[in-house]
Amino acid sequence: MIFKKKSAAVATGDTSGENAIANKEVEGLSQGQIVRRRFFRHRAAVFSLGVILFIAVFVFTALDFKLFGIWRIHGWWKWTIADIPDLRVGDCPGGTVGCPTMSLRPKFLGGAGIGLGDHPFGQDDIGRDFFALVMKGTQRSLSVMVVIGSIGGTLGTVIGSISGFYRGKVDAILMRFTDFIITIPAIIIGSVVGYHYGNLGAIFLAFYLGLFAWTGLSRLVRGEFLTLREREFVDAARVAGASNRRIIFKHILPNAVGVIIVSVTLLMSGAILLETALSYIGFGVVEPDVSLGLLISKYQDAFTTRPWLFWFPGLFIISIALSINFIGDGLRDAFDPRQRRRISKKERQDSAIARKLAQAND
Amino acid sequence: MLAFILRRLGILTVILFGSSFILYNLAALSGDPLADLKLSSDPNRDFLIASLTRELQLDVPPPARYFLWIKGIFGIFLGHPNFGKARDGSLVSHSLALAIPVTIRLVLTATILAIIMGIAIGIITALRQYSRFDYAMTFVSFLMFSLPVFWVAVLLKAYLAISFNNFLKNPIVPIGWIIGIGLATAVFWASLIGGTRRTFWIAFGASGIFAAALVATFSATGWFLNPSLGPLVIFALSIGIAYGVTQLSVGLTNRAALKSSLTMSALTLLSYYPANWVFSHHPGTFPILAMAILAIVFAIVSGLAFSKIDRLPIIRTTVLTALLSAGLLLVDKFMRTWQPYMQTDAINYRPVPTVGQRSDLLGNDNWWLSSLDIITHLVLPTLALTLISFAGYIRFSRGTLLDVLNQDYIRTARAKGLSERTVIMRHAFRNTMIPLTTIIVVDFAGIIGGALITENVFGWSGMGTLFRNALFGFDLNLLMGVFFVTASLSVLANLIADLLYSVLDPRIRVGSGG
Repeated sequence: MIFKKKSAAVATGDTSGENAIANKEVEGLSQGQIVRRRFFRHRAAVFSLGVILFIAVFVFTALDFKLFGIWRIHGWWKWTIADIPDLRVGDCPGGTVGCPTMSLRPKFLGGAGIGLGDHPFGQDDIGRDFFALVMKGTQRSLSVMVVIGSIGGTLGTVIGSISGFYRGKVDAILMRFTDFIITIPAIIIGSVVGYHYGNLGAIFLAFYLGLFAWTGLSRLVRGEFLTLREREFVDAARVAGASNRRIIFKHILPNAVGVIIVSVTLLMSGAILLETALSYIGFGVVEPDVSLGLLISKYQDAFTTRPWLFWFPGLFIISIALSINFIGDGLRDAFDPRQRRRISKKERQDSAIARKLAQAND
Repeated sequence: MLAFILRRLGILTVILFGSSFILYNLAALSGDPLADLKLSSDPNRDFLIASLTRELQLDVPPPARYFLWIKGIFGIFLGHPNFGKARDGSLVSHSLALAIPVTIRLVLTATILAIIMGIAIGIITALRQYSRFDYAMTFVSFLMFSLPVFWVAVLLKAYLAISFNNFLKNPIVPIGWIIGIGLATAVFWASLIGGTRRTFWIAFGASGIFAAALVATFSATGWFLNPSLGPLVIFALSIGIAYGVTQLSVGLTNRAALKSSLTMSALTLLSYYPANWVFSHHPGTFPILAMAILAIVFAIVSGLAFSKIDRLPIIRTTVLTALLSAGLLLVDKFMRTWQPYMQTDAINYRPVPTVGQRSDLLGNDNWWLSSLDIITHLVLPTLALTLISFAGYIRFSRGTLLDVLNQDYIRTARAKGLSERTVIMRHAFRNTMIPLTTIIVVDFAGIIGGALITENVFGWSGMGTLFRNALFGFDLNLLMGVFFVTASLSVLANLIADLLYSVLDPRIRVGSGG
């Protein structure tokens, strides 16, 4: 039953033996080392980190890339979004056009052999290579995510820490300002900005969205600063004559960094969905620019006849957002000091044996 | 307390004032409402421009026009607010009054379902932390987090609605599906119940075989075309509800509560035919509400009759059982409306629609048919919204409950020798509800403005559509009307959440600090 007797699953796990294991593990390690260790033990998070890095490298090297507007770095993929190759007609199922040439069924099973072909993700209405379009869209989504995350993260941290550290009038003014921004729903701001400035490009849109995305983070950081500034180590630093700047950067911020990093990852996974949603309803990135949301919106009616135009952009959105969420989870586990690693059965038995031996020796 | 509320209300008014001023000017400067008229070749173009300018007072510069607008809004305090006119000359307040109920209908069920399911699953995953069920649910909730709603909507339309409608042409479930459904149910219940290896396999076998047999029977008897529960099944389910509610609420050892709840089950069986008479002779919302109130009255009487001490929990349990059992009667009636509904020309055996908020071809003369029609139109949007929003509740309630379970008072409660049910339901769950309540309040306020994309995908015309049209048509008054409603609701909800927090958690003092 759900209500079982007190069991290992419900137990808080703070018997002395388990504490001993947990303490022994972090002996002599810096905070960074502990965090890194804990993070790398979260298998899903590490896997997601690998996925996101792979997607980023894969996507950004695929197409031609202009560095500072001068250097032109050639991508490894043969088409760009400007090319209009011949539309594949005739050999597609159901009389459709531009179906994917990618085949995963080997020849001895009756397939066409494992291979990508000319247009692995198919072609759009006028024959543009859909793989190149999806790559471009993913580039957009990733950059939007990073821009919103960094702008929102910086603003939220600065505003939250100033108002939490100085309290009083500064705090009141900044928090009312935060309330002020919160009142305007994100989607409305996104729509107003996206509708009127969306044609200026995805990065500009992301910049504006970032200016409104920091409110939740600043409240969290403020709360964290309010508690941390009352702690003994801050008093100690002040008695030792540390300046406000030193207290903020050397003493409080390192202790609040967990909260900040975790919320920034969540902000980023929200950002990628916000951008696709805005582009979907027509307020975000607009043509001729490409975005994953825009691709889905354009081809959703083609779902029954040409499903690949719908599946591939969606799969890229989901895998990015999912990876970011898992990384956030891993970071939360790594930074949370109350979080105890699951103690394996073997370690528990070992510690029980050790305790018994110790008792026997007494 | 009163001073705190008044001060907060004052600050909120100032905030609303400021943000509406900024939004008004932003929106006014970003586009010209006369742009398309100026380009048109209509012979009476100049007249149209002049009349629209007069109507919307476009000759007044935006910062000054804002004060004309806000003057109308302040009419709220005098009882007759004036939201101004939209571009087509209609009253904004009229469009809002039409759109708000549609949006509420669309999002309310989904939000309630998401909250109930999310909290239930979140609590179970917290109690069974690091179990396989926990890991599976963590993965599912992250997946739901990462799904764009428009993408889910298209998939649901294609795979659920259209396939189900096709299936109803010849409602025979293939043997492979029966086995698949059985296995899925078995895995779900077995991992939910868990426990020792023996209970795991018993749960696995029992639930799997039961589900498979149920689906096979449905398929063989043509239940999908003419579903119903019937008095005996209702009675059996009602007994199950009585046991379940009693166990969760006060524990099965409380005989008085159990007897009182079982009386309600018997009463449900007895009221089957009278209730159906009322349903068919007096259809409508009011008789249903009256019957619900009657059920509550009976439940209170029965609770009082069976209990001697500690009456409130027993009455609460009985009322809950009575309402859920009465709900079964309603479900049964709707099920029996299913066949006539499908036979109507407007539906013609394709009952799950993919767009729209009701079938226009279906007349208004039969209350049960039109209600069922509203329900079928709600199925897909509700499913999509529930899927993507309940993940958040799972994560949040799981995290909160885990925090609470680490508290000292839980250890004290266990040390006192309280049963695990009491510890979880009374000590842990109630404290978990404190932060959850504040989140729920804010979410309910967000309902009104929050379904922009869902409305768009499913072709509903609620607040989201209104907002979208306003933005595309440079319809300033309409845009500000939508903004005013959503913003004031969200601000009010934040205030209520703060107050609730201090009421529920005596450790928080209201009015301290900023």
